[in-house]
Amino acid sequence: MDKQRRKFLKIAGATALAGVSAPAVVKLTSSPSFASSGQGAAADSHSTAKDAGGAQHDVGKKSIRYGMVIDMRKVYGKPELMQKAVDACHTVHNVPDFDKPENEIKWIWTMPFENVFPEHSSYHTSKITEDNEFFALCNHCDNPPCVRVCPTKATFKIEENGIVAMDYHRCIGCRFCMMGCPYGARSFNWFNPRDHIKVYNPDFATRTRGVVEKCNFCAERLPLGKEPACVEALKESGALVFGDLNDPDSEVRQLLDENPTIQRKPALGTKPSIFYIV
Amino acid sequence: MYNKGTIITGLIIFVVLVTSPIWYNGLKAGPLPKPELPPGGEQQCVRPADEMRDKHMVLLNEWRDDVLREGGRMTITVGGKEYRKGLQMACMECHSNKEKFCDTCHDYTSVKPYCWECHLAPAEAASKKKETL
Repeated sequence: MDKQRRKFLKIAGATALAGVSAPAVVKLTSSPSFASSGQGAAADSHSTAKDAGGAQHDVGKKSIRYGMVIDMRKVYGKPELMQKAVDACHTVHNVPDFDKPENEIKWIWTMPFENVFPEHSSYHTSKITEDNEFFALCNHCDNPPCVRVCPTKATFKIEENGIVAMDYHRCIGCRFCMMGCPYGARSFNWFNPRDHIKVYNPDFATRTRGVVEKCNFCAERLPLGKEPACVEALKESGALVFGDLNDPDSEVRQLLDENPTIQRKPALGTKPSIFYIV
Repeated sequence: MYNKGTIITGLIIFVVLVTSPIWYNGLKAGPLPKPELPPGGEQQCVRPADEMRDKHMVLLNEWRDDVLREGGRMTITVGGKEYRKGLQMACMECHSNKEKFCDTCHDYTSVKPYCWECHLAPAEAASKKKETL
């Protein structure tokens, strides 16, 4: 009896050890993929400094990746012009207007420089960044944290065009995505939004109480051959330029070629599709 | 069987109570709903009427997933007219009166779809138009 128990304990111990160490063995034996992923990570960290977590990784890809270049130089000192873009977007998408800032719903909005680019330090701020507000909107990240945390797949990345979209039918209002988004681009409907919409756009739905909403890069307008509402509103100034980041001949790519641009919080590795010329 | 009389009487009372709505309405389910045909006189729907009657909710779900997830925002042509996929953009173009169309059957069958919490019925959309600004 005793002997049998010793034997049993030995076998049990060996089995437990094998089970615990199995993942490590599998990882070590499949060395090729392990090595390449390690290289990839290293290459990533090298290049992020160079192109600010940017689009260059994806140049080889065939699919469309919509992006926007915001040329802030064209709207400095013109807050009314920026408001025009915000209003255009919010009218087209039936975005409610709540008075209290904590209930605010925003798809595109303006903020001071240090709020839009909190990682940009400077010894002495320039007058331009001090006096002007800057555009902020959903960055339609290539690596969107909001999508990763959504438990219902209500928000997702459309692979064909890179838009981070939402299906409001599926949103359960858990607000994980609002925690996930480092840009504050998502708003929650604490109240029935309909009471706070001034004008309805009959071609677009409203949202209901208890769902999160955000910029959809005008995914509903693009197939109709229209540009995003904010871009259209500022067409004359050319401050907002929208296009395919993967197309070398597109206007956005030419702007990116010609101008140094910055992005919001590039160190997070979300790879935003919105670029700023400041 | 003990207490035969009480149990059977109790059962009969229970059955009568549970089925009372049926007796109350005289074994009829009330007048059948008559949803209004398109006021604009359109004759053809995106699918045959029978299919729409049974499965319009399935079609709406398919459209929703197509439009939002698959990028399938292609228009549908019915009787020479183009429609964009969607409740607000296709269905309500012809069936412009939600109360006289959608609600008649939904009320009758006591179905409460939550489409209209977000989607704008034509009357609702018209209540806040550009002119009121």
